[in-house]
Amino acid sequence: MLPEVASDNLAKPDLKALFFGFSSVGLSGFGGVLPFARRMLVEERCWMTAEEFNAQLGLCQFLPGPNVVNLAVLVGKRQCGLAGAVVAPLGLLGGPILIVLILGWLYDLYGNLPLAQSMLRGIAAVGCGLLFAMAWRMGMAIKERWVFLPFTILVVTAIAWLRWPMPLVMLAGLVLSGGVAFWRLGRR
Amino acid sequence: MSLVIDLYLEFTLLAFVAFGGATALLPEMHRVVVENHHWLDDATFTHLYAIAQAAPGPNVLVVTLIGWKVAGLPGALAATLAMCLPMSIAIYLLYDRWERFAGQRWQRAIQLGVAPLAVGLIFSGAALIAQSVGLGWAASALVVLTVVINLRTKLHPLWLIALGAMLGLLELI
Repeated sequence: MLPEVASDNLAKPDLKALFFGFSSVGLSGFGGVLPFARRMLVEERCWMTAEEFNAQLGLCQFLPGPNVVNLAVLVGKRQCGLAGAVVAPLGLLGGPILIVLILGWLYDLYGNLPLAQSMLRGIAAVGCGLLFAMAWRMGMAIKERWVFLPFTILVVTAIAWLRWPMPLVMLAGLVLSGGVAFWRLGRR
Repeated sequence: MSLVIDLYLEFTLLAFVAFGGATALLPEMHRVVVENHHWLDDATFTHLYAIAQAAPGPNVLVVTLIGWKVAGLPGALAATLAMCLPMSIAIYLLYDRWERFAGQRWQRAIQLGVAPLAVGLIFSGAALIAQSVGLGWAASALVVLTVVINLRTKLHPLWLIALGAMLGLLELI
């Protein structure tokens, strides 16, 4: 079991609090909402300690999929069972989905205008830069880079150049890279 | 209706390999949606990515936009649900046992092994978008500027996005 919510200062949310707590998180960020989730959970609403947050985040990061959505399900379940596991991600994504659909509808209406397209291209260029920056940060955070970055190069070759299907590349990559990691862990 | 089902199935599959988050899925989403099924063209895919970037909320919502453009509201909801449901179920079932296998050598090995793969995926996604945007001098400069500012300063990315939008409106990109 994950550590129970036992410390004195912690509050326990009900379904409504889960929904609105995660709503505030979903709408507070542009892309990277995880820090806001941490702030809401640990500091503002005090539903868990920092250690509990890290432990729960660990599982969310271990599994594929959007971390913050996984986190909402996990927190929702721990606090309010199945209902919580449904309500928390709904709160997280509900508002942003609505906004995104409105933007999609606007794009349907005006997306053909050259000005709209060049504006979106400008945003995409920035998005591209943000992705390169993110890749750099993640790459630099890897220990024993000389062991593992060759796998990065292999993935880029397979995905960006050869256009192989990702599930196969990931499977092979997991076996190879995970195998190397397993070996390296044995040597430490 | 079969389009919505196809969307749902494709994105469910993607959900299982989304190591590194939805951002890492960009190249595969492009391969499936643009290259395989021809549901969208290259330019539209890039536009939708840009809208998802500029909109509040997690970037996973790019799948909502893709679903919307391919099959309207049912498509948007199907794609979103497909992307979020599998791992939500997994996490719901696994959380009790996490402590048991957290820290085990195989668990740590997977987590360590995934990291360079995710880096490769995100880099590939960035390269894909760069190619789609078209690397004129202005776009390239903007990309480089974004990388430098994002790595060196704590400036909120939204400012950079606003800058990109403005330069685009001025037809410089």
